[in-house]
Amino acid sequence: MSMNTEGRPTRPTAAVGETPFETFTGNRGLDHEEPLLFERHANAETTGVDLPKAKTVKPRLGGLERDEPIRLPGLTEPETMRHYVRLSRKNYAIDSGLYPLGSCTMKHNPRLNERMARLPGFGDVHPLQPQSTVQGALAVMQSLSGYLLELTGMASVALSPKAGAHGELCGMLAIKAAIEARGESRSVVLVPESAHGTNPATAAFMGYGVRSIRARDNGTVAPEAVRDALDDDVAAIMLTNPNTCGLFEPDVVAIADVVHEAGAYFYCDGANFNAIVGKVRPGDLGVDAMHINLHKTFSTPHGGGGPGSGPVVLSDALARFAPVPYVLRDGQRFRIVEDEVAAEEQGNAPLGRLTAFHGQMGMFVRALTYMLSHGCDGMRQASEDAVLAANYVRAGLRDLFTQPFGDRPCMHEVLFDDAFLKGTGVSTLDFAKAMIDEGYHPMTMYFPLVVHGAMLIEPTESETRDSLDLFIATLRHLAEEAKAGNTALFEGAPRLAPLRRLDETRAARQPRLVYTTPEDPREAAE
Amino acid sequence: MRYLPLQAADREAMLAAIGVAGIDDLFIDVPADKLLAEPPELPLGKSEMEVERELGRLVAQNVSASSVPFFVGCGAYKHHVPATVDHLIQRSEFLTSYTPYQPEISQGTLQVLFEFQTQVARLTGMDVANASMYDGSTAAGEAVLMAHRLTKRSKAVLSGGLHPHYVAVIETLSRHGGATVDAIPADPGESEDLAAHIDDETSCVVVQYPGVFGDIRDLAPIAEAAHAKGALLVVAVTEIVALGALRSPGEMGADIVTAEGQSIGNGLNFGGPYVGLFATRQKFVRQMPGRLCGETVDADGKRGFVLTLSTREQHIRRDKATSNICTNSGLCALAFTIHLSLLGEAGLRRLAEVNHANAVTLAGMLEKVRGVELLTDAFFNEFTVRLDANAENTVDALAKRGVLAGVPMSRLLPARRDLRDLLVIASTEVNTDGDRTAFVEALEEIL
Repeated sequence: MSMNTEGRPTRPTAAVGETPFETFTGNRGLDHEEPLLFERHANAETTGVDLPKAKTVKPRLGGLERDEPIRLPGLTEPETMRHYVRLSRKNYAIDSGLYPLGSCTMKHNPRLNERMARLPGFGDVHPLQPQSTVQGALAVMQSLSGYLLELTGMASVALSPKAGAHGELCGMLAIKAAIEARGESRSVVLVPESAHGTNPATAAFMGYGVRSIRARDNGTVAPEAVRDALDDDVAAIMLTNPNTCGLFEPDVVAIADVVHEAGAYFYCDGANFNAIVGKVRPGDLGVDAMHINLHKTFSTPHGGGGPGSGPVVLSDALARFAPVPYVLRDGQRFRIVEDEVAAEEQGNAPLGRLTAFHGQMGMFVRALTYMLSHGCDGMRQASEDAVLAANYVRAGLRDLFTQPFGDRPCMHEVLFDDAFLKGTGVSTLDFAKAMIDEGYHPMTMYFPLVVHGAMLIEPTESETRDSLDLFIATLRHLAEEAKAGNTALFEGAPRLAPLRRLDETRAARQPRLVYTTPEDPREAAE
Repeated sequence: MRYLPLQAADREAMLAAIGVAGIDDLFIDVPADKLLAEPPELPLGKSEMEVERELGRLVAQNVSASSVPFFVGCGAYKHHVPATVDHLIQRSEFLTSYTPYQPEISQGTLQVLFEFQTQVARLTGMDVANASMYDGSTAAGEAVLMAHRLTKRSKAVLSGGLHPHYVAVIETLSRHGGATVDAIPADPGESEDLAAHIDDETSCVVVQYPGVFGDIRDLAPIAEAAHAKGALLVVAVTEIVALGALRSPGEMGADIVTAEGQSIGNGLNFGGPYVGLFATRQKFVRQMPGRLCGETVDADGKRGFVLTLSTREQHIRRDKATSNICTNSGLCALAFTIHLSLLGEAGLRRLAEVNHANAVTLAGMLEKVRGVELLTDAFFNEFTVRLDANAENTVDALAKRGVLAGVPMSRLLPARRDLRDLLVIASTEVNTDGDRTAFVEALEEIL
C-alpha cells in the first residue's frame, strides 16, 4: 500500500450546457441572495444596540485616542436577524440531514446540553473569580474528569486543551517531559501513514522527525513493522485506534508492548473513541496518552468548525507531567492549581501551560450533561449503535462498492475506495457532489491518504433504520448511474445547492481574504 | 434512551442484514480479554428533569457575574451580549454544521467567516485576518512561532505587561520547540526599556495593549526599535473593546496582532470557549496559522467563498504545516461577528466610551479611599491599585460582602511577593452607580 499523492481536483469542470431558470432578484424561492455586511447601504450611525450615554469624564487614554474611522457597518436588530438567518439557510447541518463525515462524528447535539451550559452559574462566571465563588464549576470539572477516567481506564486527565490537535500537543509534550525526566533525549516519532494530518504536524512542531509506518494489506499496523522501526531514538508512536480506515487495530496490545520495551510511549489519537466507549478501555490496551474530542464522542456541537475541546487522559507514567491548571479535591472543597511552583510542591513536574485559563468549560458542561443523560448503559449502547449503523451501510453497499481491505466488520465508520468507479469517468469528488443534489452532505473524501479515492462514511448512532435505508438506496442509485455511463449527472453536480462547484484554485492563486472596495486606496494598492 | 433512534427490533433486523449473530461479532478485532462484559461502573441514564436537578445543585454553588457588583478582568471581561446573538448562534444550521469543507452547502458559515476576517482586519488596523484561533493566549503563542518562521530567528522578547498566563503559554511552546524567551519581569510602576532587549537574534517583541495592569502606551517607538533590528512587533490585545477607543496596533506599526475576542459576543464561560483573533500584513499571509476563508466564483460565475491556502495546513502538508491547528472557534467567531454587526462603528465607539467613563469614574472614587493608591495613569477600562493590605485577602473579604472586586496580582504571579498588594480592577458598561458605591463602601470598611 502506498500514499496517494494525487490529491483531489480543485477546479470545477465546465458546466454542461444547461440553462438555469433565472429570476429577477437572483433569489430562488427560500434561498435568498444575501450581500456581504459591507455591501449594504451604509449609514455610519446605524446601530442595533442601545447603550446608556457615557458619563462625562476627563479621558485618561494617554493621548492614544483613535482618530481614524474603523469602517465597521452596523445593522439594526431586524436587519441583523434577516442577514444571518438568510446566511444560515445556506448551510447543511446535522439537524437537517444525515451528515456522514467519516472521522468527524456528526452525531445529534442534545439541546439540554445547550440549556445547561447557559445557566448563569456556568456561563456567566469568570475564570479568575475567588475559588470560593466557583465551587460548583470546579465540581463539574472534577466530575467530568471522573467520567473520562472511568471510561478510559487511565490514571489522570488534563482538561485544558482547547481541541483535538491541542490535546495531541499536550500528550506529546507530556511524553517529551517524561523522557527528559529520565535524562534521555529522543528525536523520532512513529506515525502510521493512515494517520490524521494533525499527528505528523504535532510531532514536527515539537521538533521530532517523523518516521512513517506502513500498514499491512488489511489496513492495520503490524507489531513487527513497529518493532522494525523502533530504536532508542524513538520517543513515541502516534496511533489512531480505531484507525482512520474504520478498523480496530487487532494487535494494539502487542504494539504497546514493543513500544514500551523500547522505552518509548504510546500516544493514541482518540478521535474515534466514540466507537468503543463502554466496550473497551484504552488504559487496558497499554495507551500512555490519548486526547478525547468532546465535540465528537460526547456530542458538543461542531459549530461550523469549533469550538472543540480536547482533554487528554494520561497513564501513571505520565500523570505527573500534566500541565497546569488542574483541579483537585481538598477536603470538602475543590481547588484549582494554577501555577507550576504550586504543582511542583505537590510532587508534580508540569509540562507547562497550554492556555490562559482552565479550558473549554462550556464544553465540559455540555459533555457532562450528555454523560449524565446517557449513563453508562446509554453510552455503551451509543457506541454499539454507531458500529451497527456503519456495518449496516457496509452490508447495504458491499456488492456495488469496493472495500480496500475486503469485506470485514468495521467499527463506527466504513471505508470504500474508488475502484468501483474505475472506467466510469466519475471521480470520488463527482460522486460526492452528486450526493449533495440528493440532499446529503458528502462523506469524508480522499482521506485516509493510503486509499485511492477514499470515501469514509460515518453514519453515527443518531439515524433511524429508515434514514439509513434511504441513504443506502441513494448511494446504490448513484453507483448504478455511474456504472451506466450517466456521467453528466455527476460532472455538473451539484445543481440544486445554493452554489455550483467553486473554483478553489482561483481562491488560492489570487487570495481575497477581506472585503475591499475600489475606492479604498490603501486596500486597492495591495 | 431519548437520543438513540434504533429500537431492539431494528437492531435485530440490522444484525441479520449484516449477517452476524450479535453485536460483539462486530467487535471481533478487539482482543477478547479486553472487551468489557458489562458497562463501566458509572450511574445509569437520567431524564432531562433529573439531569437538570443534578447540575442545578452544582450551579447554585457559583456566584455569577450578573448577580453581584463585578469588577474582575485580566483577560476575560463581563460585557452585555444582546439577546439576538445567542438566538442566532443556536440556529441549527450554524450550531450543528462542521468545518465548511463542502463550500456549495456551507456558504452560510463561509460568508460569516469572510465578514469576520474583514471586521478583525479593520478593527486591528491590519490587512488580513484568519478565521479564528482557540483563544487569545494560543493566538499569541502561534504569533511568536510565525515570527520565528518569518525571521528565521528564535528569540522572543516578552514585555512585562504581557499577561503572565500568556507568558507561560509562549514559554511552554518555546521550551519544547527549541526557541528562547526573554520575559521581562512584570513591573507596574516602571516603564520598561524593551529596545534594550532586542538584538540580532530577536524574532519578535510581544507587547500587550492595554497591558495586564491596564496601562496603555504608544507602540510606535517599540515598532521602530524592533524593525531597526529586523524583528517583528507582535501586539496582544486581551480586551478587544479597547480598540473602539484606542489607536489600532496596525496604525502604530504592528506586524502581527492577536487578540482575545471574548468581550464581543461571548460570555465569560469560566475561561472558555473563547475566540482568538489573528491579523497580519498581506505579505506574511502564507506563513499564517489556522483556517482562512477566501473569495472565489462557482461554475456559473457567481461569487462564493471557500477555505483557502490550505497548503499551509496539517491535513495537506502534514509534518510541513505552519501549525497543527485543525479546529477553530467557528461558533464564537460567529457570535463576535453578529455582535459587532449589531454594534457597528457607532455602537462600538459608544460602548468603548461608556467602558472608559465607568472605569475613570471608579478609579476617581477609589483614589479617595484611604489605603488605596492608583498606579495606572493612562488606561481603558482596567487599572491597578496598590492597597495597604494583602490584595488576595481583601478580594476574599469583599467577596464575602457580595462584591467581586478584581484580580489580585498574586493570583497570576504567586511567586512575586512584592506584588501581593496589587489589585487589578476592570469596569465595563454593566457596572452601575450602585455597583461602584457598594464596592467603595465595602472597601472602606475593610481597609
